[in-house]
Amino acid sequence: MNDSRELILGRIRERLGRSEANAPAAGAVIDATLAARAPGPRPPAEVAPQSLLAAFRARSEALASTVDEVATLADVPRAIAAYLAERQLAPRAVCVPDLAGLDWRGAGIEVEARAAVDRDLVGITGCFRAIAETGTLMLCSGPASPATVSLLPETHIAVATAPTIIAGMEEAWAAARAVFGQLPRSVNFISGPSRTGDIEQTIVLGAHGPYRVHIVIVRG
Amino acid sequence: MEIKSMHFKARAAAQLANAGLQANLKKVKGKFVDKRRDAIADFCAQGGDFEALREAGEDLRDRVLADLDLWLEKFEANATARGATVLWAKDGAEACRLIVDIAKQHDVKKATKSKSMLSEEAGLNQALEAAGIQPVETDLGEYILQINDNEAPSHIIAPVVHKSKEEIADLFARVHKKPRLTDIGEMTREAREVLRSHFLSADMGISGGNFLVAETGSVALVTNEGNGRMVTTVPKVHVVITGIEKVIPTLEDLSLMLRLLIRSATGQPISNYVSLLTGTKGEGDFDGPEHLYYVLVDNGRSNLLAGEFNAMLRCIRCGACMNHCPVYQAVGGHAYGWVYPGPMGSVLTPLFTGMKNALDLPHAATLCNQCGVVCPVKIPLPELLRKLREKQVEKNLRPLGERLALKAWAWVAARPALYHLGTRFAVRYLKWLAGGKQSIPVLGVAPEWTVGRDFPAPQGKTFRELYAQAKKS
Repeated sequence: MNDSRELILGRIRERLGRSEANAPAAGAVIDATLAARAPGPRPPAEVAPQSLLAAFRARSEALASTVDEVATLADVPRAIAAYLAERQLAPRAVCVPDLAGLDWRGAGIEVEARAAVDRDLVGITGCFRAIAETGTLMLCSGPASPATVSLLPETHIAVATAPTIIAGMEEAWAAARAVFGQLPRSVNFISGPSRTGDIEQTIVLGAHGPYRVHIVIVRG
Repeated sequence: MEIKSMHFKARAAAQLANAGLQANLKKVKGKFVDKRRDAIADFCAQGGDFEALREAGEDLRDRVLADLDLWLEKFEANATARGATVLWAKDGAEACRLIVDIAKQHDVKKATKSKSMLSEEAGLNQALEAAGIQPVETDLGEYILQINDNEAPSHIIAPVVHKSKEEIADLFARVHKKPRLTDIGEMTREAREVLRSHFLSADMGISGGNFLVAETGSVALVTNEGNGRMVTTVPKVHVVITGIEKVIPTLEDLSLMLRLLIRSATGQPISNYVSLLTGTKGEGDFDGPEHLYYVLVDNGRSNLLAGEFNAMLRCIRCGACMNHCPVYQAVGGHAYGWVYPGPMGSVLTPLFTGMKNALDLPHAATLCNQCGVVCPVKIPLPELLRKLREKQVEKNLRPLGERLALKAWAWVAARPALYHLGTRFAVRYLKWLAGGKQSIPVLGVAPEWTVGRDFPAPQGKTFRELYAQAKKS
């Protein structure tokens, strides 16, 4: 705690005309705002599962992500193996511990479940929620889902199950509050490959993060 | 950053005469404008109402500012509960001192930075260097400026918008000591490789903050490149340097502000990365900083609260005002001479650095209100610029010649007979200057006025003469 805290807050209180008389009412307004969590205006939310999936897929593809659909979780390793082969990428990946239990070896992919390091070229993650409004993946960090796996490798593959596709960010907050109670250290909303437009406003994919984002949706 | 705003006229003239800069500005002109327009059209096609969003954004920011003390305390309490240390800095110098102290305490040799305009206000890089700590800018644009002898940014979200790819290719070849590349994709890859090693070896990450969420004690970062994620994930220490006005109440409010900010800034429906960071590395976590500090900086902001310029504190730094400003588009960002260019910069620079340092900036606007209509939080920028002009007059800051001329005019205007005589003479003088033509190519008493345009010649009689005539008949 430094001296400037009191100086700055004192100046703010003086400018706002804060007094002992008006502080309790203002405090009540703050508490009410925090309790109400009133959403702002937003586009009409998709609700039907099929239209959520279709909207998420269309929006993701518009952001230069690629999307694949499989029937069950057990189909995921083979679908990813096919994607890697098609892109001529080596069948080697780092994956979040959450997905370590899938039969990667059976699909011919060598997978290590851990945090990513610089030399990892493919990172496979799950996805806490997928947002249809913008085609956005919501990843939450934790011991079973290190944040580096979606960041350091050149190719990021995310596995999303259909029931996790939701309409907008508001539903994502509600889910995070319900599941975690308090927010995980990092919540990353990822919308397509990393990009920059800094040189002559020309968009280049793969600035500091992945060059490619591939999403495998599990329908079942 | 050193203030050069007092030299606006000379700097603007130099930029207008700089053929290279004009060509670069022309190349990107309109790109941001078109993208923003398309993004809003797309949002409306989704059934969204962007005007309703702007109104809600304005209302939200005003509500926070009205109880800023309490919102900051709420943020501080919730951030602290998650293991962060919240520090306060009254000005840029104190912010630099605090951050250098943090770096020393954790034995930091290298700090990677994601973009922060406030760190430019404070001159943080210079302070770190003086203390023997290497700051590395990691936003591609900011990195280009840093390796070009710490050149100043010319736009708040596209810092090298004034540079051509050829200039950047020369710079990379010189600094990276590699063969000169001219493909933008290959150049970006080269910078990625250079910066990747810095990301992995830095002991401290420094970021700005787009929003502070009071409800959860979190900071939200909006980036496209992923550098914001890098500097807040890899190093053991993370420092957030941000202004005291950046707080918003809830996560729902964050959704609202993101819908507004990103469309207004880059014209994307959402940026590639939005990171919401709360507290330090948890038990069992593989990554994340062990130490997290917030440095909340005032640097002139609290002086604006609840006053005539309160609305300026709503600003969320999207850059839409400069993208749409005919003056900014003509002279570029460097002419403005400090951290913030364009209409928002013309308001902030005199308020933060002193009226006397930026006398020309409030006049460097046509008051066409393009900035006002695109501002996502509805800041009445032309009105604020006009107020600053009024302040200059009130505080006797206008040049002596202008003040005397206005005094003389007021004295004459208060004497109807004299005014009548004066206008009759003036009209005849102007007619004589026009020499029977429709316009005056060089205005005798104020030749500067006709440098880039003609002055229309008066036609017929004065209003007072016509009025007198009409009354008679």
